Amino acid sequence: MVYLDNSATTKPWTEVLDTFYKAASSYYGNPSSLHHPGLEAETLMQKARESLASLLHTKPEELVYTSGGTESNNLAIKGIAMKHRDRGQHLVTSTVEHPSVKEAFLELESFGFDVTYVPVDARGRIDPEEVENAVREDTTLVSIIHVNNEIGTIQPIEEIGRRLARYPKLYFHTDHVQGAAHVPLDLSQSFVDLCTISGHKFHGLKGTGALYTKQGVYLSSLFHGGTQEQAARAGTENVPGIVAMSKALRMSREKQSDDKGRLSSLKEYLMERLQKIDGAIVNTPIYGSAPHIINVSFPEMKPEVLVQELTRHSIHVSTKSACSSKLQEPSAVIKAAGLGEKRAASAIRISFSFDTTQEEIDRLLAVLNSNVPEMQKVMGEKK
Amino acid sequence: MQKIYVDHAATTPVHPEAAEAVMDILQNNFGNPSSIHQHGRQARKQLDEAREKLASSIGAVPDEIILTSSGTEADNLAIVGYVHANKQKGNHIITTKVEHHAVLHTCEKLERDGFSVTYLPVDKDGRVNPEEVEASITDETTLITIMHGNNEVGTIQPVTAIAAIAHNYGIAFHTDAVQSYGLIDIDVKSIPVTMMTVSSHKINGPKGAALLYTEKGTKLTPSVTGGEQERKRRAGTENLPAVAGFAVAAVLAQKDMQNHYKLYGQLSEHFITSLTKNEVPFEVNGSNQNKLPHILNIFLPGIDVESSLVQLDMAGISASSGSACTAGSVEPSHVLQAMFHDDQRASSSIRFSFGLDNTFEDVEYIAKEIKRIMNR
Repeated sequence: MVYLDNSATTKPWTEVLDTFYKAASSYYGNPSSLHHPGLEAETLMQKARESLASLLHTKPEELVYTSGGTESNNLAIKGIAMKHRDRGQHLVTSTVEHPSVKEAFLELESFGFDVTYVPVDARGRIDPEEVENAVREDTTLVSIIHVNNEIGTIQPIEEIGRRLARYPKLYFHTDHVQGAAHVPLDLSQSFVDLCTISGHKFHGLKGTGALYTKQGVYLSSLFHGGTQEQAARAGTENVPGIVAMSKALRMSREKQSDDKGRLSSLKEYLMERLQKIDGAIVNTPIYGSAPHIINVSFPEMKPEVLVQELTRHSIHVSTKSACSSKLQEPSAVIKAAGLGEKRAASAIRISFSFDTTQEEIDRLLAVLNSNVPEMQKVMGEKK
Repeated sequence: MQKIYVDHAATTPVHPEAAEAVMDILQNNFGNPSSIHQHGRQARKQLDEAREKLASSIGAVPDEIILTSSGTEADNLAIVGYVHANKQKGNHIITTKVEHHAVLHTCEKLERDGFSVTYLPVDKDGRVNPEEVEASITDETTLITIMHGNNEVGTIQPVTAIAAIAHNYGIAFHTDAVQSYGLIDIDVKSIPVTMMTVSSHKINGPKGAALLYTEKGTKLTPSVTGGEQERKRRAGTENLPAVAGFAVAAVLAQKDMQNHYKLYGQLSEHFITSLTKNEVPFEVNGSNQNKLPHILNIFLPGIDVESSLVQLDMAGISASSGSACTAGSVEPSHVLQAMFHDDQRASSSIRFSFGLDNTFEDVEYIAKEIKRIMNR
């Protein structure tokens, strides 16, 4: 079994599961309770928070735990926009965001907010100058994805942040879900006010995420109730999941430092060979992209057919974001990069984890090399 | 030292079978249910099965179940989501003064956003009068949200009568059944509720999973947008391991419902007998008849709740002054305030809530410790 859809979700590591199980069985108290089981759960959660904070270079109290990346993105975007709507109703984002960001902005537009969508170039990259040019007197929020979840392009977050720092009245959010493990941002140096991460994208558990909220940044909450997470997010904390997420990010950092560029070389290796397949066009830029995401189009083929064919060989890839992969629509990201409808409608995404091996990539290439020419021929005849 | 956990209304230990289900999915079925490959489809299948079990436990169909990350989120989605989606029909909400903060604070937030909210009073038993619910309905009323079983005193509200009233007026009715689910059989088709909240970690399931039952055809504005999960009513990768554990816990709770109901009732009675035997002066806060069997809120005249809880804790007993979500605050319980209009009583009362591991010996021990504390 070759699992190459790690941008959709990852397999939790055994050590992470051990941590989860231990926390779930021995620290079941409600961290808001004042008795011993409650305090023990609270202490454990606090340790996890400190550990996560040190990995992200933030203060522990700047982290708000959520149920995942989608919730974090919604909380950041709607939370800032609604909290500061008296000061301004203009927001800036890009044309290549994850659905959880895009849909949040669409909803805000329906409330009367004005949203500017900054375009990208053919590599899927945003020009920081254009972001700055989009800023107006009444802009309260800029939200730009860090590593694109479909094609892997890395956005120049630090540079955008540096430029935006000149406008102290606006907040800068980045969706760091795909970058957290493979292209980590140092949040003390990134000029970012809000940052989203998701546990299950780095071998943690589903149902866990966090939103970094820089000290002094206030937002409206999505959920009201108890005063958990400094009243930014009501609801009993998922302590075992939270502890597992810290463990998973710590392990990711260790694996990344042991990896020594192996994944990047593997990506280049795969990209070079994909380009040699007749009818294949690689959409991921060779430079300025994350080491774990490779997007390739087969314009003469239906991507679902290819995904199924690979599945038959126990190789698992995807067409695009899992959140929208059931829709047969072409990739909005590839279209936004101006690569054309045809490429957008025929893309598949291959995404690595730290555990992906050369042998697995060779197996993928072998299946593609032996099947694609034949499949293209059949599909061509059908037309 | 003994370790007695009697705070099951705050959270419960995960049942070993539920934990096993969680671990099984984590180890063997990590796929994203939205992925179209084999891993995704396998995860989808498990998710469908879990949803089916959860739905059938309340007499609903799977499409009527929206999975969320917590009871708080489900309450918020029900209330905010419903009133926003039905704004054109009116802007008035009816609730009570004894709701969980996930409901109360949400209603207060809606007031700031221009909605009008009626907070109905309760009697000394903590019960709201259905006639008062009906009397407070206006042309503008779109939603009634009243909890099923109270989390601090265990009082069961007359939800059947309220649901019928709401139904007659064509008003939506939401009930927070977080504390009563698993102990009281709730069939959403026989009680015509429009929406209902149930949480996993209160029934020996894992934290991070809950559901909102939403009657077919109910319009809701989602709180969290993005992907198309949960029929576009709650975006975000589904938390399959927790949901699977939730479903197992739900099935177990259904299976043993009558036994648990009986056991917790007996524990409560035995506790009361033991307190009497130890000549502890006390009064029970809440209803005698309409009460969840696992929650026992006791007024102990003269005690200071904070220091008594610390002393109980030192004796290995984990109890609470009320909702865990507010346990950190020094404010007296809003529920007891609404019932007795008496600060003193509210700050001299302790909630004990029973669960799977509690025994008769436990409650005898607690009664003795209370006696010891009160004699100091």
